[in-house]
Amino acid sequence: MLEIKNLHVKLEEEEKVILKGLDLTVEAGKVHAIMGPNGSGKSTLSYVLSGRDGYEVTDGSAELDGEDLLELEPEERAAAGLFLAFQYPVEIPGVGNMTFLRTALNAQRKARGEEEISAADFLKLIRAKAKDLQIDAEMLKRPVNVGFSGGEKKRNEILQMAMLEPKMCILDETDSGLDVDAMKLVAQGVNALRDAGRSFLVITHYQRLLDHIKPDVVHIMADGRIVKTGGPELALEVEQNGYADILAEVA
Amino acid sequence: MSALLQAKRDAAESRLAGLRLPEGGSAWAKAAREDALSRLRLSGLPGRRDEYWKYTDPTTLVTADAPGAAVFDGSDESPVFDGIDWVELVFVDGVFDADASDDPALAGVEIERLSTAMQADIHWARDLYGVLEARGQVPVERPLATLNTACATDGVVIRATGKAAKPVNLIYLHQDDASDAILHHVIKVESGAELTVLEKGPAAARFNKVMEVDVADGGTFHHVRTQGRDHERRAVTHVFARLGTESVFKSFTLTANGVLTRNEVVIELTGDDAVAHVAGAALGDGDFHHDDTVFITHDAERCESRQVFKKVLRNGATGVFQGKILVKPGAQKTDGYQISQSLLLDDDSQFLAKPELEIYADDVVCSHGSTSGAIDEEGLYYLRSRGIPEGPATDLLTLAFLAEAIDEIEDEALAEDIRGRLESWLSRRRG
Repeated sequence: MLEIKNLHVKLEEEEKVILKGLDLTVEAGKVHAIMGPNGSGKSTLSYVLSGRDGYEVTDGSAELDGEDLLELEPEERAAAGLFLAFQYPVEIPGVGNMTFLRTALNAQRKARGEEEISAADFLKLIRAKAKDLQIDAEMLKRPVNVGFSGGEKKRNEILQMAMLEPKMCILDETDSGLDVDAMKLVAQGVNALRDAGRSFLVITHYQRLLDHIKPDVVHIMADGRIVKTGGPELALEVEQNGYADILAEVA
Repeated sequence: MSALLQAKRDAAESRLAGLRLPEGGSAWAKAAREDALSRLRLSGLPGRRDEYWKYTDPTTLVTADAPGAAVFDGSDESPVFDGIDWVELVFVDGVFDADASDDPALAGVEIERLSTAMQADIHWARDLYGVLEARGQVPVERPLATLNTACATDGVVIRATGKAAKPVNLIYLHQDDASDAILHHVIKVESGAELTVLEKGPAAARFNKVMEVDVADGGTFHHVRTQGRDHERRAVTHVFARLGTESVFKSFTLTANGVLTRNEVVIELTGDDAVAHVAGAALGDGDFHHDDTVFITHDAERCESRQVFKKVLRNGATGVFQGKILVKPGAQKTDGYQISQSLLLDDDSQFLAKPELEIYADDVVCSHGSTSGAIDEEGLYYLRSRGIPEGPATDLLTLAFLAEAIDEIEDEALAEDIRGRLESWLSRRRG
């Protein structure tokens, strides 16, 4: 599904190298988690994969089902099936949540040569999906993320994911700023989307999210590389001992 | 006399020499024109060095000969306000076309052609024609409006005594490359009456229009106009409104393109608890120059006024906003609001804003703000990351920027029509 090889990335504006030869393969249908201390490059990885400005890839490759992601515009990556749930979802005053989602869904369909969804079908679909995430009609009408609480913003990200049905989902610290109940709700939303044809890359600081979204593989990232890979037990180890032991071990 | 004033007076004489002054009419009409003529000869026409014209060069609006403007073919798009049931009155290059117009009686209000009204003794028209315009000359002179009162050859007078059955839609067609039109409308909304006036079209190569609106106690007046895609046209328009107790006045203007447009709105709130909202959305490209000049005077208690102006500018376009709220002594509990904002899509475009508050009452709330900004890059990335390509994503953010102005239109069907128009214009220019 997702294949990243020897990825080197620096900031465009300054001589700061952030990713230093990152290798990562996520197979179809699997959930991979990435943990790592602050500043290890986790969020940069998610931004580079989704096509945000400000980063320069100096070496390496990233492919989604054999397609070179790095050559594509952000919208083309989305149409190819990549989705990033933002750590800090952006507020867009003046654009209604529904209008936004319908425009996005139809733009992706159009890019893939599919028919646009009718207004009635869209409404039916979004109502059903919103209900599962306890998003009410009022929230759907409001401008995108404007005045949403932290929990509402994250639920809204998952709603977008559920509507757009991407094949590769990246969750960037989706648990940050969530209370336990909100985290469960978000995890349920993610788990409902687990499927043999869909993969997840869950970036998190904490084990607790992984109690609810059970990963198949856990990676530890430090200083721009994956330094250790293991099963779910690796996350527990981090929870108990912090990163120091692992970093010392691989140093 | 200063050389500057002399030059302005010379400009007025030169302009008048190139015009055929209207003749005939009843005594009041003649008197109104003569009064305007003498005021114009004193003030002269605006020049480049007038403070009130600091950001907009009036030269092509005052010259004796109108600069030509190629007729624009807009037949590839659906008419504005399509599907809204109105009574349409058509003007071709500034001349009323009765054959192309609907029967005015269908609007359920009194409508007369200006030239007819000026032959007769219609007291309410007599009491307004040139009267609100003259009141609007203080404290700032607006000589192009005075010229209009002196020389207007056509227009309509409308009086609503109850709720109008349909909106009156004034349609201004432009068919002659060299047309130079001066129209003057007078509108009286009687106590408790309701009227909506729509306006659309370029009108002429050069267009000078005055609309005087008197809204009596408890009356309601809505105004929505579009100044379309015709690029070479030039226009100076004035709306002079006087509002009585508990009356409502709401005006919205959508402008796209136009090498020179100056829209002045002058409102006097003379009765307590009156409400005046003026809003505008403008899209400009290249050698576009668009100027909104608004002057609102609060002269009664507990009145509310709002000015909401938004401009989207690119490829070197210029936007101007001069907006003033004057609160007179005794106009307590005034609620005044003014916002002017521009979205600059590149570094070549500019927005010049001069917000002013002048307050002589001590118990008022007045706020104003003005901003210029670029497209929000974070928002753009977010939209694109969800699959919306850069062009449509930019349009979505542009519409969102304009939304506050469009939301000022009370009639949802009209607002929706304006939104649809904007969307089609935006997607068209993406090509």
